Amino acid sequence: MQAKRRYLLVFVVAFLTFWYFGGYHMRHDEELLFDTDALSEYVNINIIQTGYLVRDTERFPKDDRKHCRMETCFDFSKCEKDFKVYVYPPEDSSVPSPSYLKLLNNLDIILPILKKACIFVLNVDTLDRDRLSNDYVRNMQSRLQRLPHWNNGLNHVIFNLYSGTWPNYTENDLDFDYGKAILAKASMSENHVRAGFDISIPLFHKIHPAKGGEQGSTSANNFPLEKTYLLAFKGKRYVHGIGSDTRNSLYHLHNKKDIIMVTTCRHGKSWKDMKDERCDEDNKEYDKYEYETLLHNSTFCLVPRGRRLGSFRFLEALQAGCIPVLLSNSWALPFSQVINWNKAAVWADERLLLQVPHVIRSMTPNKILQLRQQTQILWDRYFSSIEKIVFTTLEIIRERLPKQPVQDGTVWNNFPGALVTLPEFSDYDKDFPFYIDKNENMGFTAVIYCQLGLPLVSNSPLYRLVNHVGRSKYVSKILIVWSSEKRPVSKNRWPGLPLHVPLHIIQPSVNANSGNEPTKMSISQRFYNYKEIQTEAILSLDEDTVLTTDEIDFAFIVWKQFPDRIVGYPGRSHYWDDSKSTWGYTSKWTNDYSIVLTGAAFYHRYYNHLYMEWLSPLLHKTVEQSQNCEDILMNFLVSHVTRRPPVKVTQRKQYKEQASAGAWSPWNDPDHFIQRQTCLNTFAAVFGYMPLLRSNLRLDPVLFKDPVSNKRKKYRRIELVGS
Amino acid sequence: WRNGENHLIFNMVSGSSPDFSRFVELHLGNAMVAGADLDTYTFREKFDISLPAFSPVAKLGEVDNTFRDRSWLVTSSQLNIDPYFLSEMQKFSYQYHDSVLILDSCHIHNYTQRCEIDSGQKYAYPQVLRDSIFCIIFRGERMGQFVLLEAMAANCIPVIVIDGHVMPFNNVIDWKRFSVFIMEDHLNTLMDVLHNISDKRIRQMQNVLLFIYKSYFSSMEQIALTTLDIIQDRVYPHLARTYDEINLLPKEISKNPLFYPMTAPKSHGFTAVILTYDRVESLFILIERLSKVPSLMKVVVVWNNQKKNPPPLADFPKVAKPINVIKTKANKLSNRFYPFREIETEAILHIDDDIVMLTSDEVEFAYEVWREFPDRIVGFPSRTHIWDNVTNAWKYESEWTNAISMVLTGAAFLHKYWSYLYTTDLPADVKDWVDEHMNCEDIAMNFLVANMTNKPPIKVTPRKKFKCPECTNNEMLSADLGHMVERSQCINKFVRAFGRMPLKTVEFRADPVLFKDPFPEKLKRFNDIGSL
Repeated sequence: MQAKRRYLLVFVVAFLTFWYFGGYHMRHDEELLFDTDALSEYVNINIIQTGYLVRDTERFPKDDRKHCRMETCFDFSKCEKDFKVYVYPPEDSSVPSPSYLKLLNNLDIILPILKKACIFVLNVDTLDRDRLSNDYVRNMQSRLQRLPHWNNGLNHVIFNLYSGTWPNYTENDLDFDYGKAILAKASMSENHVRAGFDISIPLFHKIHPAKGGEQGSTSANNFPLEKTYLLAFKGKRYVHGIGSDTRNSLYHLHNKKDIIMVTTCRHGKSWKDMKDERCDEDNKEYDKYEYETLLHNSTFCLVPRGRRLGSFRFLEALQAGCIPVLLSNSWALPFSQVINWNKAAVWADERLLLQVPHVIRSMTPNKILQLRQQTQILWDRYFSSIEKIVFTTLEIIRERLPKQPVQDGTVWNNFPGALVTLPEFSDYDKDFPFYIDKNENMGFTAVIYCQLGLPLVSNSPLYRLVNHVGRSKYVSKILIVWSSEKRPVSKNRWPGLPLHVPLHIIQPSVNANSGNEPTKMSISQRFYNYKEIQTEAILSLDEDTVLTTDEIDFAFIVWKQFPDRIVGYPGRSHYWDDSKSTWGYTSKWTNDYSIVLTGAAFYHRYYNHLYMEWLSPLLHKTVEQSQNCEDILMNFLVSHVTRRPPVKVTQRKQYKEQASAGAWSPWNDPDHFIQRQTCLNTFAAVFGYMPLLRSNLRLDPVLFKDPVSNKRKKYRRIELVGS
Repeated sequence: WRNGENHLIFNMVSGSSPDFSRFVELHLGNAMVAGADLDTYTFREKFDISLPAFSPVAKLGEVDNTFRDRSWLVTSSQLNIDPYFLSEMQKFSYQYHDSVLILDSCHIHNYTQRCEIDSGQKYAYPQVLRDSIFCIIFRGERMGQFVLLEAMAANCIPVIVIDGHVMPFNNVIDWKRFSVFIMEDHLNTLMDVLHNISDKRIRQMQNVLLFIYKSYFSSMEQIALTTLDIIQDRVYPHLARTYDEINLLPKEISKNPLFYPMTAPKSHGFTAVILTYDRVESLFILIERLSKVPSLMKVVVVWNNQKKNPPPLADFPKVAKPINVIKTKANKLSNRFYPFREIETEAILHIDDDIVMLTSDEVEFAYEVWREFPDRIVGFPSRTHIWDNVTNAWKYESEWTNAISMVLTGAAFLHKYWSYLYTTDLPADVKDWVDEHMNCEDIAMNFLVANMTNKPPIKVTPRKKFKCPECTNNEMLSADLGHMVERSQCINKFVRAFGRMPLKTVEFRADPVLFKDPFPEKLKRFNDIGSL
């Protein structure tokens, strides 16, 4: 408090000083009609001018590239309809580096045609603009001039990892004039980022995966975290020249116990000519420690600048869950427009190196636990693959466009992150399964997918299913999605339902509700976001699913506890088949499961939106061609987003009526099963990894099959069902 | 002065007509500027601090809550705006005349009065802003406009139409949470953008706006202190407040310390912590049984008997897992939750020395379940709480009901973090109560975890009976009755201490996937699952 008062005094003095010297002439106005305290008189509000005709006065010439802003160097008219990205076709004369090819491959999906492009991406590799490097592309300037839409870089995004070269490593020296292009560049400094225009990206290795990407390597949350080392660094140092001071002084911190700071000057051809008096000693210490060991056995990892501000170490530390301690003054951290790095990293000051041990020793175990988990979240959501880095860059640009919905810092910095929380779905966070308000009274919409068009008689499976759903305490609507060529049964033939449960029949192929090819029957129609679905929860059913009302009610109360997962009955498993080196799919009874089929499962309606709008067209194509596997794909999607397995409830495994002899059902078709196996492998390839996760447990009612009086039990009928 | 180093210059209004410089026209050198007129061209990132232009009249329009019906959708009240802005706004007002209000100065100018631009109708200013959902702030020659603070005070959501303005405190405050940004050239999209904002979002933005204004903007003093806090956070970044602490309403802040969703690694295993007094015989049986659980790493025996020494290690059963015996300094129930250094795993199985009926499969399975829910209490003995309408108080319920809200720590898995939290952060009166009554430490732990995570515990398998059958006699029953009364008292006491009832009720338990299935037992991973 004392300090605060002192601050205030300083403030007042500063203020008065400014008036005295600054020449702002204050006039006293006695006619103010309101109560004023001493400070509020600092301005005469009745006579102050706020300015007029501002639109005609330009502060900077529009073509000044140093002062580019979205409002001066970007053509928004190209982006009016949609946010589309165009990648120039490859040139024969130059093959981009593997890194850049991986980057482009992620973009190809977005727009193969030029029409209506909002953003342009070069096919010429601009990642490495160090003239001394192998990947350096010559004659960039003339290559650019030849591009049909270059237009001095307008609406272009240029990805770059290295700029400048020895000896100065000038930051904005890309060795060509990038004009009005937006730079998505590594190692940017705060002073060079054009505000609200350029984007700082992380430096990544050549082996950085194009897609998927490994999860962070932190597998446990031990508390307190007791690692062998507190702080570690192992790397080269430059004896002379730009940026060398920082690493040259690190040895001061090395205590051979819990702080390991080892450097080497042994790199480059002529290191011996340049070496200083510490090099030999340093090299000796350097050889005693292994980089990977330090990374995984240290609580904090020092990330000092090298020649340039950023280093590979940053992402490596992030992945390893080793909290980065940044020693790189003025570095604009990757995506710092949207990521709050102070939740995952610690800033140190190059000028105050000796304070670093004291600073990190003062961090509480609680804070360390938080920082560490956040490194894993950020790594997993925005950095683990080139795809994520590119999509994060594009998402930041998209948010700047007119009428595009934006996401605030809470979405960006919490699990599951902004790339899978699509803002066009809703601008209200509680509409998403991750932030849902569990206290709300909610019901569910039952969506029954009718593909076979079986006749509806009073003991047919569909008739009974509708009956059982209708008697649920929580159902608010039944939707029949009629996807059969046969005509749907007229409304009065359906079983009688309670008044509060309306029944809608939708024929997507007739109504052309959404989708690309409206006339075709598509199995994905079961996942359309029909406007009739107004509850958060969807109970997805097949027409021949068998479930009792008790089972439906119980599964729903379980779903309310896990609204971000698929909760249901038919559990399936995937496994790695070593002999064939492929993924296998099984519907056999196993001790664990990783898939819950959508023939009898609850899930949040947001996943319908994600399924239709977010999944790669390649995945949709696989489903459309086989007219199969849509349920597996939904499981991939949800597990990818949540990084959690689905939830299986109670014993029931057989969720279909045994097909009567002679009747066709996809389930007794052997090809059907092989197809599903193929799907599994295709999906894993497109996702870039296997997102499915296993669970060892199922959830039953508390008194399930307990030898107590049946009258005590709430979900009594579930026990009659069996497996 | 040293060329301004470590100096901070406050500046609300810089320059004057006709140039309106963005920066104080002084030779500031290396001094930091906290200014209201900064734009992205003059602003030095991570150095200068952008302030709101303080309006002395903003207080007049201040509101204390968000419960107001607002008749206008959007109001433009800035004086003397650029003709382009005005003409765009007028187009909207013709099209949506019931929702758009354009104000300017009246015939005789007085800042606290505004007139509707066509009809000339007079409005008290800034009070009129209380009747509008959104308020537009346009670029003037000055970057900082008084209208911004006036709108914020009136809980009118700011619509910022100022290209290149550095929003006040932009480096710590997330303006996206409570304002709308539209570029000057795209002012024509205004109504589309505003109409697209859902009512729920508007309500949310209003709540955030109220909180942010009250916390950082409501007086000149607060603005100065916010500035100094920001500089302090820069100087001591490791102690700096996080985004959440600055931007989120207290009720929005998630307190769950284990927030990264993951399945805990199996290889780490768990440590069994057994609190014991002198029941050596059953302790040894328990240790012997536990030692057969594959994932057990270590047994830690907490010896609470102050009069007697624990038996020498040589007398303990010879098992393949290490055993540590810790002799406590006082016979306190809280000792079972002390985060001893000897506990090296993140998972702890807390178990009473008389719980000897659990099979190895049951314990291993419970550990598997905990791995999938590492932030929850996962265990066997479950209880629930119910509201008693007769006594108007909470009641402890140990009957076998369809719902559970507590899992007792007589046989439960918990993350080691909770032991720390129990030892360091449990409200003092709760802790004293537990030690004084030698009871309810398990209920206290359930309160503590639920209060942080807002999640219910998870009961595993059918097991419900835990006391030895031969102990049942009439004497015990009456003791049980007294016990139940005291447990209910605990719940009510803890509700007062925590300021709310944090326990959550659920109607499910976790069983192995093939539990009770007609399937060869030897193919089941967990087949020895007992009943009741």
